[in-house]
Amino acid sequence: MTSNAFIAFQKNEETRCIVEAIVDDNPDAVVVDQPAMVKVDVPGRLVIKRATVEDKMGRDFDLQELQLHLITISGHLDESDDEFVLSWQS
Amino acid sequence: MTLLKTLAPYDFPSSDAVENYKGRQLLYVNWERHRMFSRPFVLALPPETPFAEIIDKHMTDCFSYHPDWAQIDWSAVRWLNGSQPFSPDRDKSLADNGIGHKDLIRFITPGLDGIAGSGY
Amino acid sequence: MDMKVSKKLGLKERYTMMTRDLAWDTTFQPMDKVFPQVGYEGIKIHDWDQWEDPFRLTMDAYWKYQAEKERKLYAILDAFNQNNGHLSVTDARYMNVLKLFLGSTPPLELMAARGFSMVARQMVGAGPRVACMMQSVDEYRHFQTQIHSISNYNRFYNGMDEFAHQQSRMWYLSDGKSFFDDAITAGPFEFMVAIGFAFEYVLTNILFVPFISGAAYNGDMAAMTVGFSAQSDEARHMTLGLECIKFMLEQDPDNLPIVQRWIDKWTWRGTRKLASVGMMMDYMLPKRIMSFKEAWEIYFEQNGSALFNDLARYGVKVPKCFAQTIEEKEHITHQSWIGFYMKPDACPFHTWIPAPDELDWLSEKYPNTFDKYYRPVLEHFDKQEKAGNRFNNKTQPMNCQVCVSTIKFNEPGDPMEMCFRETVYKGEKFHFCSDHCKEIFEDEPEKYVQTFISSHAALQGKCEPEGTDINAHDYRPGARMHAYWRMDKRATGDFNGSEDQKNFAEWRHQATKN
Repeated sequence: MTSNAFIAFQKNEETRCIVEAIVDDNPDAVVVDQPAMVKVDVPGRLVIKRATVEDKMGRDFDLQELQLHLITISGHLDESDDEFVLSWQS
Repeated sequence: MTLLKTLAPYDFPSSDAVENYKGRQLLYVNWERHRMFSRPFVLALPPETPFAEIIDKHMTDCFSYHPDWAQIDWSAVRWLNGSQPFSPDRDKSLADNGIGHKDLIRFITPGLDGIAGSGY
Repeated sequence: MDMKVSKKLGLKERYTMMTRDLAWDTTFQPMDKVFPQVGYEGIKIHDWDQWEDPFRLTMDAYWKYQAEKERKLYAILDAFNQNNGHLSVTDARYMNVLKLFLGSTPPLELMAARGFSMVARQMVGAGPRVACMMQSVDEYRHFQTQIHSISNYNRFYNGMDEFAHQQSRMWYLSDGKSFFDDAITAGPFEFMVAIGFAFEYVLTNILFVPFISGAAYNGDMAAMTVGFSAQSDEARHMTLGLECIKFMLEQDPDNLPIVQRWIDKWTWRGTRKLASVGMMMDYMLPKRIMSFKEAWEIYFEQNGSALFNDLARYGVKVPKCFAQTIEEKEHITHQSWIGFYMKPDACPFHTWIPAPDELDWLSEKYPNTFDKYYRPVLEHFDKQEKAGNRFNNKTQPMNCQVCVSTIKFNEPGDPMEMCFRETVYKGEKFHFCSDHCKEIFEDEPEKYVQTFISSHAALQGKCEPEGTDINAHDYRPGARMHAYWRMDKRATGDFNGSEDQKNFAEWRHQATKN
């Protein structure tokens, strides 16, 4: 069974766009709503693409801005200017 | 064998060595299957304290809140010191009953299993 | 025309230039003399440059984002306080969550700050040093903002003002204090496994996610915003802990058994520490978000399995305590609440028996255990309280020599029996709550013989308020614990009939009438 990588954000206007971008770029994403927060599970590998987030927000976006909204993550992280990736190897 | 690793000599006394209690010793008491009291209680008493004082004073003060206390058949009770069965003599002291520093006395009342038989 | 266009550096290059390229090896003194701590635990490191820094956060970006978090935090805090936000929480029982949190969490954040600044000094590589320094600053921030956000409640409700005095004295705070004292007196790598990995990665979600979501659900915007603001740093902390594990395992195969022992030890120690968090979720939040059992399944069992399946490629095994924690998830919150309920005089917060609909919720969430073991005694307590005979166990507790929890957990496989373990070291007997704590002791007895157990210290006459005459003929050690703890009498006792309960009702009434 593939393990889930996940990420959780505070629920706000910016993360609404970020979550929409995740759903677009990760067809297997499952969004879980909880009071004041939102968690997204993806089997194996979760990617956040800067370009997609910018498209949703209609402005430039630096992936390090995720720092402002993060609650928790699960998976090995690899971050570049263009992608924020969480993954499990097994 | 210890796995402790240090950069310098490491030798510190035990916080609860018997010498720290000025002639007293620690005793823990638990009533088995009566977990309403959450955990055993601890006393610091001179080793010459008669065992009767444990029952008549300390156990009674604490445990009589439980409705089972009044139901105890004292001829049937059993005792453990740690995991070893033993038969304390009411009239002898802790020391003469073989009770040492930091021993845990476990009090067993067969047939009584707490509120609604829940162990509490 | 020939013009050089300066290319903007990518994230990885920028990070390298701002961290590793600014570090140097010492020459006046040999490196192993300047950094003696990285060697003595037995961890072998061959190349510090192999440390991967996944967040690649440089100091300038760190300040920028942290400043923005602070502005958001204080905007919300100010608005909440200006609007008498404390009256908008579900009911006054909720304040007791804050009291428990205030005593148990901010002081440990401060210890984490101290620990990470020590490790930042002790580590050789620039990558871990920068990351540890940032984490240290984060932990200071959490310590300060948590206290600051709760200070507004302190103006209205009892039992919050002496948390700093109580931290190293109060019986129920000793478990958390001992957790950090143990970690901070270990070497840098064990500290990283203890706090960075076992606590931050494996267990912190259980504390913060339900706590914050729970605060939000109960209308406490202050705790919600401060929790969120702290938690936004946690993803970085979790990553640091995980990277440290991978780094040690990749550097040398001899590191595996050492790391595995630390993972086993600290996952267990963290689990014990979280029993009171679970109790808060199941008993203290008036509006419940999820049961502790459900949170444990999501954040420990599922997420932990993902993590340990992944680490299996290094030879790491699931922590030894894994199966026991799964059995205990159905029990420990109930056992903890009973342990607090029975000490109404000895906590600076109130306890109570849940209302019938809340007991029903517990029955539903814990179908295997609640009705069979816990509901009957809670209903018995309720009846007694209503008859004017509220439970008050005035005895002093027996504690585990390692985790310093009171010894209140059941024998694995038998919820009706208490679990006791003991060992003899240098002629003295020591007691434990579990096989895991016993093993931790036996691995390093020299360390744990020093444990501070408040009931023992009191019986030695070490817990006396100022001015106690220990030569008086009627002096009894430990008889004046309330004064020693600086306990506010108004903050103790059952919630029913408390000043908090009365004031909250009155103020809320005033807030809606002219």
